[in-house]
Amino acid sequence: MPLPREKIIRPDFSLSPRIDQVGVEERASRFTKRSIKKETKLNGLKLVLNMIDLTTLEGKDTDGKVKQLCYKAMHPHDALPGLPTVAAVCVYPTMVKVAKKALEGSGIKVASVTTAFPSGQAPRDVKIRDTKYAVANGADEVDMVISRGKFHAGEYNFVYDEIAMIKEACGEARLKVILETGELGTYDKVRRASDIAMQAGADFIKTSTGKIQPAATMPVTLVMLEAIRDFYYRTGKMTGMKPAGGISKSKLALHYLVMVKEVLGEDWLSNEWFRFGASSLANDVLMQLVKEETGLYQAGNYFSAD
Amino acid sequence: MATKKKAVRSKPSGKKSNTIRLKFDTSWSYAPAPESKSAATIDKQYDLFINGTWQKPLSKKYFSTINPANEEKLAEVAEASEADVNKAVDAARTAYEDVWKKMPPKERAKYIFRIARIVQEKARELAIIETLDGGKPIRESRDFDVPTAANHFFYYAGWADKLEYAFPNRRTSPLGVAGQIIPWNFPLLMAAWKIAPALATGNTVVLKPAETTPLTALKLAEIIQEADLPPGVVNILTGAGATGAAIVNHPGINKIAFTGSTEVGKIIQRAIAGTNKKATLELGGKAANIIFEDAPLDQAVEGVINGIFFNQGHVCCAGSRLYVQESVAKEVIRKLKDRMESLLVGDPLDKNTDIGAINSKQQLDTIRKYISIGKKEGAEMYESSCRLPGKGFYCRPTLFTNVAQSNRIAQEEIFGPVLAIITFRTDDEVIEKANNSPYGLSAGVWTDKGSKIFNMTKRLRAGVVWANTFNKFDPASPFGGYKESGFGREGGLHGLLPYVQLTS
Repeated sequence: MPLPREKIIRPDFSLSPRIDQVGVEERASRFTKRSIKKETKLNGLKLVLNMIDLTTLEGKDTDGKVKQLCYKAMHPHDALPGLPTVAAVCVYPTMVKVAKKALEGSGIKVASVTTAFPSGQAPRDVKIRDTKYAVANGADEVDMVISRGKFHAGEYNFVYDEIAMIKEACGEARLKVILETGELGTYDKVRRASDIAMQAGADFIKTSTGKIQPAATMPVTLVMLEAIRDFYYRTGKMTGMKPAGGISKSKLALHYLVMVKEVLGEDWLSNEWFRFGASSLANDVLMQLVKEETGLYQAGNYFSAD
Repeated sequence: MATKKKAVRSKPSGKKSNTIRLKFDTSWSYAPAPESKSAATIDKQYDLFINGTWQKPLSKKYFSTINPANEEKLAEVAEASEADVNKAVDAARTAYEDVWKKMPPKERAKYIFRIARIVQEKARELAIIETLDGGKPIRESRDFDVPTAANHFFYYAGWADKLEYAFPNRRTSPLGVAGQIIPWNFPLLMAAWKIAPALATGNTVVLKPAETTPLTALKLAEIIQEADLPPGVVNILTGAGATGAAIVNHPGINKIAFTGSTEVGKIIQRAIAGTNKKATLELGGKAANIIFEDAPLDQAVEGVINGIFFNQGHVCCAGSRLYVQESVAKEVIRKLKDRMESLLVGDPLDKNTDIGAINSKQQLDTIRKYISIGKKEGAEMYESSCRLPGKGFYCRPTLFTNVAQSNRIAQEEIFGPVLAIITFRTDDEVIEKANNSPYGLSAGVWTDKGSKIFNMTKRLRAGVVWANTFNKFDPASPFGGYKESGFGREGGLHGLLPYVQLTS
């Protein structure tokens, strides 16, 4: 007979490691000093494309819009053969069915935001139903948001339990936990939230909803990658990382790859463990890839705006 | 994706551990990104820079300077004899008496500003030459050495006509001719540290760069010529120890400024005893870098890496002794080893290189000697598993654990990428251990607790104490040591004092 939830002793998350702001920002800027050229650039760009979660999360989303996005996911730029697809398409729960059907057989995952995305201000049973609905409709991945209000109020066990329950509701689907770092305020809290999420069973930790500024930054991502590394060393369990929002240029995306390579190494350099939550990034990557192939930059009009 | 063929690889030494390790040798590797050598011009042969002109050495002797990254000869430079030193000191004396001393400070400042600006304009060329001649990674010479050198000239140019504010209610006068001897670890930057305050305060200079790294100082001579500095105000003589000794012993020298080893520092002090030569000596160090259990560990680890592997560890203030509180020692050591794996060692001219070549064969031998001493003493060695180029002088980033205070690798300055890790339990214990050294140049403290920082910095006997950072330099901040790390301060307002005579 397992203990009732309120009896389980959880780690004291207020003891999560502290982060020095100056130090982490200095370290993050070092990754931008690597010189990425020639085949390193080409391979890096392909890897980036393959790590993208193409996303549409708007009130005005329709079946038609989602279908178009799914086509783009499978055929990023047919003028250039041999390109990888993106990793996943990320939509609201009501659009999961449409996306699932449109992506059938492509191997591209369907991710759904749940738990009253983006604010997360809803009762827990609503969040659980939201999640179950998405999974029942075929979502392979669930992107949940944490309760930032409770987190700021110091109710870490509440946040922890909620993540654990959503994880349970996910079943086979992989759970990405959005910390919404732009609302957390300090690197210390980013680290603490990362630790809570991983301890509670997150498969991925993710920076942002994309609805709040600032979204993903390199120092925030570095803090989370280091949390992932420490958790891996402690438990042997790998956790994925997804910076989302604010990464729209290839050069910046390559800096993120450098960071993953130098903090977590080889095992995380695939879309199973690292994702970019970005939509406008895809076209910039394609533009760079075409430039690498042909030596010429093409105008934005040559790349589909889905 | 393309995988690079693996060249010589060392096996990770130390005990085999069954714990999981991250894999940093990734299939996605960086393509070479070398800075182009053609952006720099190096002459085949350099003479001595005396009285504003290039003069053949009276010794008629030249010696070669090589690129430590591939052992190729870069140029031949003149070896100044005692007669050449006499010529240079005479030129400096004449320039001092006839021109520089009398010049209005505002005018002196103009020349120094001019030097600063030309250094900036030629930044790329200077960085390349610094890297070629000394082996340091281009990222460092480009982002640190050259810009900081330019900043020093700018900073002291600003002081030239404001000395009455630096020393309120006192009158200042220059000392005369300064003999300056600089080391090979930051050749251009050390030249700037020495020349800028001397000129700002109205002194003239005879400077000797280190024999393994004379080229940027000679480039600086070209810049000084271009800046139209009056002849004889700065004279640059290349040579080895004998040339340095001739400068130190010359009766016409009023002040000695020396940066280098404690051993030579002692010789200089003996040589000038009984004379009225003033001196500042910036000598060796064995800095304690202290990590408390409440420190932001990942940033502390980065600071330790920067503290010991910056410029291949050829830094007098390098954080070469790491004191880590026992409760976090295991974690810190694991993080250090991981971070060491991601350091790129190789061609210094490659923009991606983190750790370049050891400055000379002689220095590499010294480092190797200490590594074998460390092993013999029973400390546990770990080195990164990186590939080393076949030619040139290279050393893997290395650390020793299980080190005791009595080990030689914990007491003596190695001046290479070798870190000695010692654990501690209490604040008092670590203060005692950190101060238990003949040196006292710098120290570092890593803790999240502000009060602890102040408590520690007050009790550490070191000229510079960094808190939650390491190896930070600014022209406005003084630098210098306690005990056998020397005396006198360079940089900042304090850096003016050794070059002036104060009268009321």
